[in-house]
Amino acid sequence: MALAVAAGATVVGAMASILVPRQARAAVVGLSTAVAGGAGAVAGAVAAGGSHWQRSIPDILPLAGIDLAVDPLSGWFLVLVGAVTTIAGSYTIGYVGRTGAGPGSRGALFLLPLFTASMMVVPIAASVPALLAAWELMAVTSLLLVLTEHRHHDGVRAAAIWYAALTQLGFVALLVGTAWLSAAAGGTSFAAIRSATGLNPALTGTVFLLCVVGFAGKAGAVPLHPWLPRAHAESPSHVSALMSAAMVKLGIYGILRFGFDLLGGGSAWWWLVIAVIGGVSALYGITQAAVARDIKQMLAFSTSENVGLILLGIGFAGLYGLAGNRLAAGLALSAALLHAANHAAFKALLFTGAGSVVRATGTRDLDLLGGLVRTMPATTILFGAGALAAAALPPGNGFVSEWLLLQSLLHPGANAGTMLTVAAPLAVAVVALTAGIGVAAFVKAVGTGFLARPRSGSAAAAKESPASMVVAMSLAAVACAVLAIVPTQTMPAIARIAVALNSHAQRLPGPELVAAPVSGELLTVRVTQAAGGSIATIWPLWIAVAIVAVTLIIATTARSLGRPRRRTNAWSCGEGPLTPRMEYTATSFAEPLQRVFDDVLAPERSIDVTHADESEYHVAAVRFRQRIPDRIENRVYRPILALVAALGDRARVLANGSVHRYLGYMLVALLVVLVAGVVR
Amino acid sequence: MGLITRIVRSGRAVEKAPEPGPSHPGARALGGSLQIRHVDAGSCNGCEIEIGQAFSPVYDAERFGARLVASPRHADAITVTGPVTVNMARALRATYDAMPEPRLVIAVGDCARDCGVFRRAHGVLGAVEDVVPVDLHVPGCPPEPEQIVSALRGLTGR
Amino acid sequence: MSATVWVWVVAVGQAVLLAILAPYLLGITRAVRARLEGRGGGRVGQPWRDLRKLARKQPTSPEDASFVFTATPPVLLATSLVVAAAAPFVATLSPFAGADLIVVVGLLLLGTVALALAGLDTGTAFGGMGASREMIIAALVEPTLLLSVFALSVRVGSTDLSTIVAAGVRDPSRVFTPGSALAAAALAIATLAESSRIPVDNPTTHLELTMVHEAMVLEYSGRDLALVEWASALRLTILLGLLANLFAPFGIATELTGGAIAIGAVAFVAKVGVLGALLAAGEVFAAKLRLFRVPELLAGSFALALLAVLASAVLG
Repeated sequence: MALAVAAGATVVGAMASILVPRQARAAVVGLSTAVAGGAGAVAGAVAAGGSHWQRSIPDILPLAGIDLAVDPLSGWFLVLVGAVTTIAGSYTIGYVGRTGAGPGSRGALFLLPLFTASMMVVPIAASVPALLAAWELMAVTSLLLVLTEHRHHDGVRAAAIWYAALTQLGFVALLVGTAWLSAAAGGTSFAAIRSATGLNPALTGTVFLLCVVGFAGKAGAVPLHPWLPRAHAESPSHVSALMSAAMVKLGIYGILRFGFDLLGGGSAWWWLVIAVIGGVSALYGITQAAVARDIKQMLAFSTSENVGLILLGIGFAGLYGLAGNRLAAGLALSAALLHAANHAAFKALLFTGAGSVVRATGTRDLDLLGGLVRTMPATTILFGAGALAAAALPPGNGFVSEWLLLQSLLHPGANAGTMLTVAAPLAVAVVALTAGIGVAAFVKAVGTGFLARPRSGSAAAAKESPASMVVAMSLAAVACAVLAIVPTQTMPAIARIAVALNSHAQRLPGPELVAAPVSGELLTVRVTQAAGGSIATIWPLWIAVAIVAVTLIIATTARSLGRPRRRTNAWSCGEGPLTPRMEYTATSFAEPLQRVFDDVLAPERSIDVTHADESEYHVAAVRFRQRIPDRIENRVYRPILALVAALGDRARVLANGSVHRYLGYMLVALLVVLVAGVVR
Repeated sequence: MGLITRIVRSGRAVEKAPEPGPSHPGARALGGSLQIRHVDAGSCNGCEIEIGQAFSPVYDAERFGARLVASPRHADAITVTGPVTVNMARALRATYDAMPEPRLVIAVGDCARDCGVFRRAHGVLGAVEDVVPVDLHVPGCPPEPEQIVSALRGLTGR
Repeated sequence: MSATVWVWVVAVGQAVLLAILAPYLLGITRAVRARLEGRGGGRVGQPWRDLRKLARKQPTSPEDASFVFTATPPVLLATSLVVAAAAPFVATLSPFAGADLIVVVGLLLLGTVALALAGLDTGTAFGGMGASREMIIAALVEPTLLLSVFALSVRVGSTDLSTIVAAGVRDPSRVFTPGSALAAAALAIATLAESSRIPVDNPTTHLELTMVHEAMVLEYSGRDLALVEWASALRLTILLGLLANLFAPFGIATELTGGAIAIGAVAFVAKVGVLGALLAAGEVFAAKLRLFRVPELLAGSFALALLAVLASAVLG
């Protein structure tokens, strides 16, 4: 029912984008997208609540129909996608405005509901063709949406090419993997794959790796991430929010669906691969985020980081499950799923917040921002709340899931084996270091982006966003707050997911997950042992209440003492007023960190000194430029690209424009085919 | 280990406390705690050396609750030395303005009181009093550390 | 009254004790240092006099600063007070159903973040500089803090600080293991860095370019400054108290009787006093590191903490 509403609203939105005149186009499309998202989220919530539903629509695709089914796992991700869609849809109304150009053009607004609808189909697809069709539709629509502003910014085309190349590479891997799997299992529906027995471990391992290439690439995990900072930064912000908060989660969904459910858990090396990818992504992503000066690029790298943490949780869930440590496995899975939800909430908030900033100032460069706290107070407070969550500080929602992840890593179990005993503490170190650097990164974003004095004229002239955008951001903030205060309410759904994944794994020698290691009343998060007895407890609401209450008591007491406050110029050491040029910028803020990680980041610097004409001892100007490249891109992708380009150059010899030669090629090809047919 | 031996052998360098100066009306609000920011408004640095001595282990003004701090925002008083030069007048005024109330100005040395030997010299604007209100004078050219410490004792009341 | 109420009373009392003790601890470190330098030195109660006077003075705000600047001092003190109430200092009982290690580290970090934002909010070069340096140090210190205590929680199987400390009281022989020795070294370095002491930062410096913590608070005055300084002293007390109770949990009250709590309080004051004196003595012998050598020290302590966790996990 709710899904039907979602489908209907999507169709209305897509039609409206073409028919409605531009003054109202964005409002109608945004609203119907939001309604579709809300309906999807309701459907997801019902599914996560345990009700099943399935339907097949035959003959929609050539040679295959579309099978749809919902179970708790798809319900969970449907809720995430639907909720983010609601936020982004309502944000679109104000963000796109009435211009009718760029993101407000017919094409862009036609694609938006299609994109969100395809994202909602991915988790409920119940056969390989349905999944691949939805996946490809999602990839193509998002690619076109990334291209929306290609006339306005130089970087858009490069971003789109990177995105297209990597996402299609992933799709090919996925296509090969799933086709191979269906062939081996004797059916394309998920049910057939599930019931297939006696699959060769080498085959399932290879299929798993191919799926990981497809799904982890979409999730933006290192080393398949280079598209992510580009595409997230260059696309319009409602699209960035959708991609970062919702689309990358479907990569996570894919890994869970295939790894645990369809392929039945496999062996330990699978999950070690996932955990290593996760750990590397987390550290690499957050280090790049800490030194990035483009606000949206910084958020994009932080997406890599969070995906890394989620993958780390999934990897350890698999490892623990195979080692028979059900408690820790369930904990790690809960942490991963909860962090996926948390990341969807706070990243939707952060990207919409960044979008408001970009819309108001016209720049994404943190070095040119500042002072927005006075001109855009609502955006600043909302972005600050998102940053608190993203930095995993209490009482934010990111803190709860990182806490759960650390709890799972604390309990490798007595007979866990050498590998887990060593891997778990290393993972703790990765999570701790990621959290530490993450805090620095988000202090940089808030402190230099929003506080102090504006560093450029456009930042000084910023105006607060229209109400519909503020409302959309507030929706995301409310989602963050709910997840922060009553995270236990998600635990029944997570327990159902664990049970559903278990039911398959039990037939195969796969990982076992305990249903509900995390319990608690409304306000307590408690990790309980199988034997009973709690291991660790936090009270998220109490932490928040305690901090706020004590702060208020101190503030009112302090104010009642002493004299009234005086406003003066900032202390300038006695010399004239301070100018914004003297402020610390995002680059200068991150400089010490960049020095610490110099070997990892390898920044490219150039210093040009211009001397005065009269004497070379007098300096007329010094120009300092610095760029922090993506090293993985430089080391891995550039050589491959160079190789491909070189091969392409060579291949030009084959195509010299002579019709005779082409006819010759055709003749040779025909002969080869005929000979091959005869020989066989 | 050389440092430990030296610490044991040299013991305390601190001298007997000089008599406290006359109690200042501003002392009540301070309650035995005085943070000082120093401003050199154009001095010959003679007074700076003596102020430095006043906070050295020998005279140790810190035992009476006085402390030098890094920002006028943290300070209750500024010590100003030298005649105020044209270039330093604005900085002195800014420093005074930056201090939270109640605030005190201690003019240290004869130059700070009446420009001393620099009176009517090139580039000298005037005495400290011509730029900011002065609460306390410590006379001398330069004043001895004991004099400075006893003036500070009058402010901290200890 | 029921036991729950008494647990709350103890927690609030513990916070009050730490809040009162903190400035005296600062006074002790200054007195010890002055004595070793051959000076007379101020009285032990001098920091309290400073705070009282500052509270009566007029606070100032830079013209361009926002609410972040004015809200930070109460937030900073509040996070420290919540930790002081929850963590096991005098007694291992806490109304927060476990002063979780990760929560404690998170709350301390929240205070650091507030202060760094306030430093940036002033719009001065020094404020930004201090914030940048503080966050870089925090980015490396917080993981160390987390890991080194984690090394102890591996043994107990819980991140609850009360449980860790109580286990140490029950079975003192297990406190002295190779893992915990490494963890103690790492935690000691993290404590120095987190509380802005030599060799990471010099709390008495007057030279802005060498400042870390001081640079962030240069704009604060009056009661704002009093709150910030009080909170800094409280954070030092908290960190020294954790160091003391994790590696020498003797005397801490594990039950709710008046006598046990009195002994716990006395033992805590004595332990923290001794650690404070040691800290001051150590500072006389050390010089501040160059800023860009600090990460090397902190990376070293992070490595120590990682070794500690591995040692605890592998050796049990």
